[in-house]
Amino acid sequence: MAEEAVKIEKKSGSFFIDKVKEILPAGGNLNACLTCGLCASGCPATGLRDMDPRKFLRMAALGMDEEIKKSEWVWMCSMCTRCMYACPMQINIPQLVFNARKLTPREERPKGILASCDMAMKNPTLSAMGTTQEDFEFVVQDILDEVREEQPEWEERDLQAPMDKQGAYFFLNQNSREPMVEPEEMVPLWKILNIVGADWTYGSTGWAGENYCLFLADDPAWEKHTRGTLGKADELGCKVFLNTE
Amino acid sequence: MRKTFGDRAADNLRFVIESCVGKENFIDTFPNKSNNFCCGGGGGYLQSGYKEERLQYGKIKDAQIQATGATYVIAGCHNCHAQLHELGEHYGAHYHVVHIWTVICLALGVLAPSERTYLGPELQEVNLPKTEEDDE
Ligand code: SF4
Ligand code: SF4
Repeated sequence: MAEEAVKIEKKSGSFFIDKVKEILPAGGNLNACLTCGLCASGCPATGLRDMDPRKFLRMAALGMDEEIKKSEWVWMCSMCTRCMYACPMQINIPQLVFNARKLTPREERPKGILASCDMAMKNPTLSAMGTTQEDFEFVVQDILDEVREEQPEWEERDLQAPMDKQGAYFFLNQNSREPMVEPEEMVPLWKILNIVGADWTYGSTGWAGENYCLFLADDPAWEKHTRGTLGKADELGCKVFLNTE
Repeated sequence: MRKTFGDRAADNLRFVIESCVGKENFIDTFPNKSNNFCCGGGGGYLQSGYKEERLQYGKIKDAQIQATGATYVIAGCHNCHAQLHELGEHYGAHYHVVHIWTVICLALGVLAPSERTYLGPELQEVNLPKTEEDDE
């Protein structure tokens, strides 16, 4: 049995999809959909909240801005880009979803993502868990001392976890979960860097890799996060930014 | 991989993993590389509060891993690690989730007992670093 047809009211003014087209290269090809369904058939979020990427794009194309604004599905698409990769027309659905997240007022976006972004913005470390510079420096030093003491081979090999080393070649970031929850997980990476003779450093600020402001679709905060971490790498004169996140 | 570095980087990682565990011990998922499915740990999902949906999203990933029959799966980042770990438990799977540096250090013989949290019992004693007692 056919479902009831969607009736589109005649609206004036500019639609959400038009605004997104303006900011994407080639308009994200958002007008080029063939409705083939390749995107939907290979999307892990298909079916959640009775939504899928083709349907979402169609709704946007039909100007159903209110429905899009109300749909929680924008938080259930991980913006993985598989749909776009599979799409014969290279339609940028993930960007459409990203921008649709902005239709919800900032303070009403999912609490966990919001709190993580706010926390990162409060601290020069950019840690979503609120880890301070002092905490990070302490944990890194503490774990390093422990390894050098308990595994004498690494005392001999002079294992290091440099902090703010001026002129180091690599700048390494770190997810806050490690220093805070499972600090011993940082050690294998230090060992590998030692074995290959890499010249690297952590930054005492700007080291936290998790960027929840991006997921929150808060552009200014996202930019602040990114500039904060890259700025630290620049300040130290590092040549390569190693993103472990 | 799909988003930034493409299949070349995916191939490089496969080279590293095969060098560590042996070609015959590496089983790829299907589909893979740029055609692969996202696990659902990204995009803010882990903090979004939509847990049920996140597990549903990851069902396809879990099935993909289970179909390989592999006992270890290597996660690309912390979010993947957390999500895959939870998926495995939720769907009653039997794979362990590890980071790539754990596998590299294990193969190099420099992975200390304290750094084996995510390894199963059968790998706890494998290729342990030499201690002074061994030399005596
Ligand atoms: S794969 Fe592309 S062309 Fe096909 S339905 Fe999806 S968006 Fe439209
Ligand atoms: S980007 Fe979103 S819509 Fe596209 S395949 Fe991934 S989860 Fe689905």
